[in-house]
Amino acid sequence: MRLVKCWFCSSTIYPGHGIQFVRNDAKIFRFCRSKCHKNFKMKRNPRKVKWTKAFRAAHGKDMTKDTTFEFEKKRNRPERYDRNLTENTLKAIKKIDKIRSAREAKHIEDRLKPNKQKQFAKDKYELDQNIHLVLAPGASEKVKVVVPGEKSVQNEAMEE
Amino acid sequence: MVQYNFKKITVVPNGKEFIDIILSRTQRQTPTVVHKGYKINRLRQFYMRKVKYTQTNFHEKLSTIIDEFPRLDQIHPFYGDLLHVLYNKDHYKLALGQVNTARNLISKIAKDYVKLLKYGDSLYRCKCLKVAALGRMCTVLKRITPSLAYLEQIRQHMARLPSIDPNTRTVLICGYPNVGKSSFMNKVTRADVDVQPYAFTTKSLFVGHTDYKYLRYQVIDTPGILDRPFEDRNIIEMCSITALAHLRAAVLFFLDISGSCGYTIAQQAALFHSIKSLFMNKPLVIVCNKTDLMPMENISEEDRKLIEEMKAEAMKTAMGASEEAVLLKMSTLTEEGVMSVKNAACERLLDQRVEAKMKSKKINDHLNRFHVAMPKPRDSIERPPCIPQVVLEAKAKQAAEMEKRKTEKDLEEENGGAGVYSASLKKHYILQHDEWKEDIMPEILDGHNVADFIDPDILQRLEELEREEGVRLAGVEEDDTEMDVEELSKEQEQQLAAIRKKKATLIRNHRLRKTVAQNRSTVPRKFDKDKEYTTKRMGRELSAMGLDPSSAMNRARSKSRGRKRDRSEDAGNDAMDVDDEQQSNKKQRVRSKSRSMSISRSQSRPPAHEVVPGEGFKDSTQKKSAIKISNKSHKKRDKSARRGEADRVIPTLRPKHLFSGKRGKGKTDRR
Repeated sequence: MRLVKCWFCSSTIYPGHGIQFVRNDAKIFRFCRSKCHKNFKMKRNPRKVKWTKAFRAAHGKDMTKDTTFEFEKKRNRPERYDRNLTENTLKAIKKIDKIRSAREAKHIEDRLKPNKQKQFAKDKYELDQNIHLVLAPGASEKVKVVVPGEKSVQNEAMEE
Repeated sequence: MVQYNFKKITVVPNGKEFIDIILSRTQRQTPTVVHKGYKINRLRQFYMRKVKYTQTNFHEKLSTIIDEFPRLDQIHPFYGDLLHVLYNKDHYKLALGQVNTARNLISKIAKDYVKLLKYGDSLYRCKCLKVAALGRMCTVLKRITPSLAYLEQIRQHMARLPSIDPNTRTVLICGYPNVGKSSFMNKVTRADVDVQPYAFTTKSLFVGHTDYKYLRYQVIDTPGILDRPFEDRNIIEMCSITALAHLRAAVLFFLDISGSCGYTIAQQAALFHSIKSLFMNKPLVIVCNKTDLMPMENISEEDRKLIEEMKAEAMKTAMGASEEAVLLKMSTLTEEGVMSVKNAACERLLDQRVEAKMKSKKINDHLNRFHVAMPKPRDSIERPPCIPQVVLEAKAKQAAEMEKRKTEKDLEEENGGAGVYSASLKKHYILQHDEWKEDIMPEILDGHNVADFIDPDILQRLEELEREEGVRLAGVEEDDTEMDVEELSKEQEQQLAAIRKKKATLIRNHRLRKTVAQNRSTVPRKFDKDKEYTTKRMGRELSAMGLDPSSAMNRARSKSRGRKRDRSEDAGNDAMDVDDEQQSNKKQRVRSKSRSMSISRSQSRPPAHEVVPGEGFKDSTQKKSAIKISNKSHKKRDKSARRGEADRVIPTLRPKHLFSGKRGKGKTDRR
C-alpha cells in the first residue's frame, strides 16, 4: 500500500480513492478524483491549469527547491527492517513536515511582499490622474452650497 | 523417398453422377441468356463456349482419375504385386485404359462439333448442334460406367490398405495359419489385431510399430500360408507371399511345436522348405511357439530332426549370426521369450542393414567425417575417481539435516491441521533481532509514505536541517522590522473610492444608453428630451466638486427662456419677470408668439413625462409601477433589434441539439 500522487493536480491519493488509466504503452496515469480525470480526458496541460500543483510550481507560486524535499525520495531498493531506524524516521517525519510547512508559508509571504508597494503605486497613480472627477481643480476644499430653490444637497448624494 | 499413401485419391463418381456434375457445371458457369435477335457470330460463340467448356470439364475430371490412380509398373514392386494380387492387374489396366479412351473420344467429339457450329446459321441450328454434342459426350461416358464403378471400389479398398513403407526396417511374421502370429504381433506392438482360435483369422496384411534401441521398426503380420503349389494359393495367402517376396525384412517363421494349430511339425517343415527361396538374403529366425503346451524337450526325435534341418537351412542365410539367434522358443500365452524373439530379430535386421550400408558406395563419404579418438594410457597406474573426505562428510551431514528438517506441513499437522493452523510468513525474516519480526510498521504517516523517508543517516540529516532552520528563523526576525510600506491616507482612500464609484457610474450609464440607442433615433443633447440637464443638477454636481455653483446657475437662468405659455399674449408679461434680462429682440418674440399660437397639447393636459393618476389607476405610484412592468415586458424584444411579435418568424425546424450526437435510450425530443 502506497500513497501516490495525482498525475494532474499532484495531490496525494490514498488507497481506495481515485481512478487510474493505463495507456497502451503501459504508462500509468493516476487521478485523485473525477475532476482531474475529466481534465486529463480533455487533454488539458496541468502546467496551464491554475489550480494544479504543476502550475503553481511552474509559476513560482509554491516552494520547489528546499532541503526538506530531499528527505522524501522513492527508493527502489528494499531496505531491511530496523526498529530503531523506523522509530527515528517516524519522529523525523513529523519534524520535517513542520519545518517544511513553515518554510512554505514563509515562501508565500515573501512572494506577496512587494505587492503592497505595487498596489500603493497603482492607487496613487489612479488618484492623481482622476482626482478631477471628484474634486474640481482649484477647489481646495469641498464647499457646502445651498442651491437656490431647493433643499441643500449633500456631497455624497450624487446619484441621478 | 516415395510415400505410398492411397488415401488421397479423389472419389470417382459413378456414370450418372459424373454426367450430372459436368452438365450442371456447364449450366452454372456459362452464360444462359440468349436471344434470336443476336448477331449470328454471338450466337455461335455462345454455343461453342458451352461445348468447349463441357469438354474441358470432362477432360479435367477424367485426367485426375488417370493421374491419381497409381501405375502398377511405376510403384514399388511390393505394392505392384499386392495390387495385382488384390485387384488383378489386367482388369485394373483395362479400366484405366477405358477412361483414357473416353477422354480422347470426348475431345474429338467437341472438336468436331465446334467445327460444325462455325457453320450454324440460326439460333435453333446452333442449339441443336450443342445438344447433340453434349448428348454424344454423355453417351461416351455412360459406356464406361462399369469401369468407373470398379475404380471407385478399388479406391475405397486401397484407402484401407495398411501404410507399409517398403524401405524401412521391417520385421515380417509368417507361418502356417493359427500358429500365433497375430498374438505375437499384439504383444510386441500397439496394434490390435484380431486373434481367434480358427485358421485364417487374419485375412490381410497388418502393420504395427515397435521400438528397439531407440529405432522404430515396422512389424507386419501376414495371413497364414498353406503348403500347396503356387498356383493354387488363394488371395489371402498371396498377400503373405508378396510381402515375403518383395520386402527386405527380418523374417520370423513361426512354428507351432505343440501341433495345436492342426498341422504337424512335419507339415510345417515342408512349408518351410517350399518357400525357403523367399528367405534368401534375409535374416531369418525360426520361432518355436506355444512352448507352454509342449515344452521343447518333449517333442519326438523325428520332429527334433526336422527342426534341426530347418535350423541348418536358416543358418545358411544367417551370415555369421549365432545359433541362439536363429532358433528361438517362446510362448505368447505366458509371454516367455517374446522379448528375446523381438530383440533377436531386430538385432539381426540391424546388423544386416548396417552391413549392406557399409558395402554401398556412399559409405566412403560418411567415413571421411568420422574420427574416433583412442587415447593411449600414459602408464599403468590405476586412477579411480576420488572424492575427498570432507565432501563425503558434508554430504552425510546434509542428508541427516534433510531428514531432521521440519517442514511446514509437519508444523500444520502438529498444530491442529489444515484450517486451524495458519503459517506465519514473518518467521523467516532475516532481521537483527528476532523480536522485531512481529513489529507492525506504519506504511503511511501524515500523508507521506514512510518507506520514502527511511535512510540510515536520517538523524544526522535531520540535525543538520534543524540547525539550518534555526539560522533561517533568526534571519527572519531581523527582516521583519526592515520593510515598511507607504500607505494612502484616510482621506485619499475616500477620494479613491469616490473616483471609482464615479467611473463605474459613468460606464454604467454609457452602456445603458448604448443598448437602447440601437432602436431609437439619436436626439442632440441640446434638446434634452428627458429633461436631464437641469440647472438644479448642475448646481448639485458643481457643489459636489467643491465649486460654488451660484454664479453658474445665475448665468444659466439668465439665458433660459422660461415656459412658452408665460410668454404668450394671453398669459401676460409675467413670464418676462422670470428672466432677469429684458429680451428686446423683436424677431425672437414674433417667432415665439407665432409658435405659441399653435398649441400641440391642450392646456389641461400634463406634460408627457409627468405621471398623473387616471386611466384606471388609483394614483401616480400605481401608474408608475404599471409603466415599469410594461417597459420590462418589452425590454427583451427591444434588445433584439427591430423584431416585434407581429413579425414573421420561422422557428428552427431541426434544432441542432436534438439532431446531433449519439443517441442513448431516451426519446428524440427530450435531450
